[in-house]
Amino acid sequence: MLLPALAVVAFVAIYPLGRTVYQSFTNQEFLAGLEPTKRVGLDNYHRLIHDTIFRDTVVLTIKFTVITVSIEFVLGLIIALAVNSSFKGRGVMRAIMLVPWAIPTVVAAKMWVWMLDDTYGVVNDLGVRTHVLSHPHAWLAQPKTVLLSACAVDIWKTTPFVALLLLAGMQVIPKDLYEAASVDGASQLQQFWRITFPLLRPAILVTLIFRTLDALRAFDVFQVLFGYRLGAQSMAVYNQSTIVQDGHVGYGAAMSVAIFLIIALFVVIYVTFVRVTEE
Amino acid sequence: MSTAAETAKAAVRPASRSVRIRRNPVGRTLVKLPFWLLIALIALYALFPFYWALRSAFTPDPELFSTPIQYFPSHPTWAHFDDALSSSFFRRALLNSAIVAGSVTLLSLAIGSLAAYALGRFRFRGKSFVLYLMLSMTIFPQIAILGALYTMFSGFHIVAFLDFPKLYDSLWSLVFSYLIFTLPFTIWVLTSFMRALPADLEEAAYVDGATPLQVFWKVLLPLIAPGLVTTGLLAFIAAWNEYLFAVSFIQSPDHYTVPVAIVSFVGKTSAFQIPWGTWMAATVIVTLPLIVATLVLQRRILAGLTAGAVKG
Repeated sequence: MLLPALAVVAFVAIYPLGRTVYQSFTNQEFLAGLEPTKRVGLDNYHRLIHDTIFRDTVVLTIKFTVITVSIEFVLGLIIALAVNSSFKGRGVMRAIMLVPWAIPTVVAAKMWVWMLDDTYGVVNDLGVRTHVLSHPHAWLAQPKTVLLSACAVDIWKTTPFVALLLLAGMQVIPKDLYEAASVDGASQLQQFWRITFPLLRPAILVTLIFRTLDALRAFDVFQVLFGYRLGAQSMAVYNQSTIVQDGHVGYGAAMSVAIFLIIALFVVIYVTFVRVTEE
Repeated sequence: MSTAAETAKAAVRPASRSVRIRRNPVGRTLVKLPFWLLIALIALYALFPFYWALRSAFTPDPELFSTPIQYFPSHPTWAHFDDALSSSFFRRALLNSAIVAGSVTLLSLAIGSLAAYALGRFRFRGKSFVLYLMLSMTIFPQIAILGALYTMFSGFHIVAFLDFPKLYDSLWSLVFSYLIFTLPFTIWVLTSFMRALPADLEEAAYVDGATPLQVFWKVLLPLIAPGLVTTGLLAFIAAWNEYLFAVSFIQSPDHYTVPVAIVSFVGKTSAFQIPWGTWMAATVIVTLPLIVATLVLQRRILAGLTAGAVKG
């Protein structure tokens, strides 16, 4: 009964992963016949270390990850706290929060491209009307606002989802704890720091890990907002274009392995952090 | 947060006064005001971009491309929707996406429920290993296997013991590769559903002489129907929305799925102006079914999404 599932996982994940590692030590090109594929040892990795474009994509992606995950977490926590209190229309509110999540990332990014349009975009219009902006900006074209635009789209799309995960964590906290705390005269703020926050820790960690890994492999948002423009590529975009646009399978594989290791590094950091704080 | 701070301040004051404020209806509204403002702000933030897509889809071109911009279409039109739906390219993409997402959903439910049956109802060696393998697959970065799949699908590199079918540029390459993110998740959630069922049901069936497969098909499967609906919908949405593999493995526009089509979509309006109205109409058409399905099955989706996060 397990066999079909294991066969699929072996074929779709494990074998390709091994193949990627193997390819990373070869000079394989997609257009076969240009040069016979042969092993080249660590050449690809050597080249990767000196690839300044790759270095820029790593820096941009990590900045993107740190900014989006922390803002999404803070906003998500505020939203979850608000929606967790009982009020009329709570169900409607939760449904509304699922809307950005249900919209395909590509479509969401496309909507934002239009909203960020320099002439007819609503963001510039609102900004200028409320005097937040002195003049309309070309958000997507200017290198300065690349990171900002990508973060804005991602934060809009994912914050509600983060809130929903945290909300689910809050709802398993027994209500009597709060009742007991109120009887003892604890303020709402004290209740938050002493009850909600500590008991929410597992949910917070899972949410943070999932979001971090997701942000590190971001492809859709960057590719739709900026295409393959230099200086506006995430790690995944550069990797995909190396393999698919340029056909450098061997070099691309080395990059995939490097990205995989960077992501694994973040997992290790999280896990060690959990261990250390639990002791 | 502001409400928490507000009430915290209120609690410090003498109790009698805050009670008096709360009993008075006007006072109660005032205390609650920041809270409702916050709720309204959240709703506005979540919905505004979608409203903007709708507004742009209904606004005729001359108004769409004029400043100052209008926040509500004064002459709403269906023209953009007609444009989008009359494009055979877009209709083809909708069909392709339905085929891919439908096949992926059915395949992962079929394979996944069998695996969940084994993992949830039987004891055997290596069970927890398999479960952890599935869990680690859910956070697997797809980009790490892009090159390998890419060359596998183009079939020019033959594996020692088998000749991989040439799937490049075919919808099957997507069905096959999407299983990597739908299947582990399906197995993980369905296993928890299977585990929750009481043992007596099966025992009764076995006493009556049923085979394990009959028990699975006639007893357990109907009972985990809610789980099947949830995971099925989540798998469908994930496959419907996928972009990285779709843009890499598909070359001919005839085989584009919706996300790829949306990005490369060019309507029939003039060559000078990007057809944003038609574009937004297309995004609304693509998104509306997902939003409706999500709203209808809201509770189940939340349960499915959070099953891993809370229990895991």
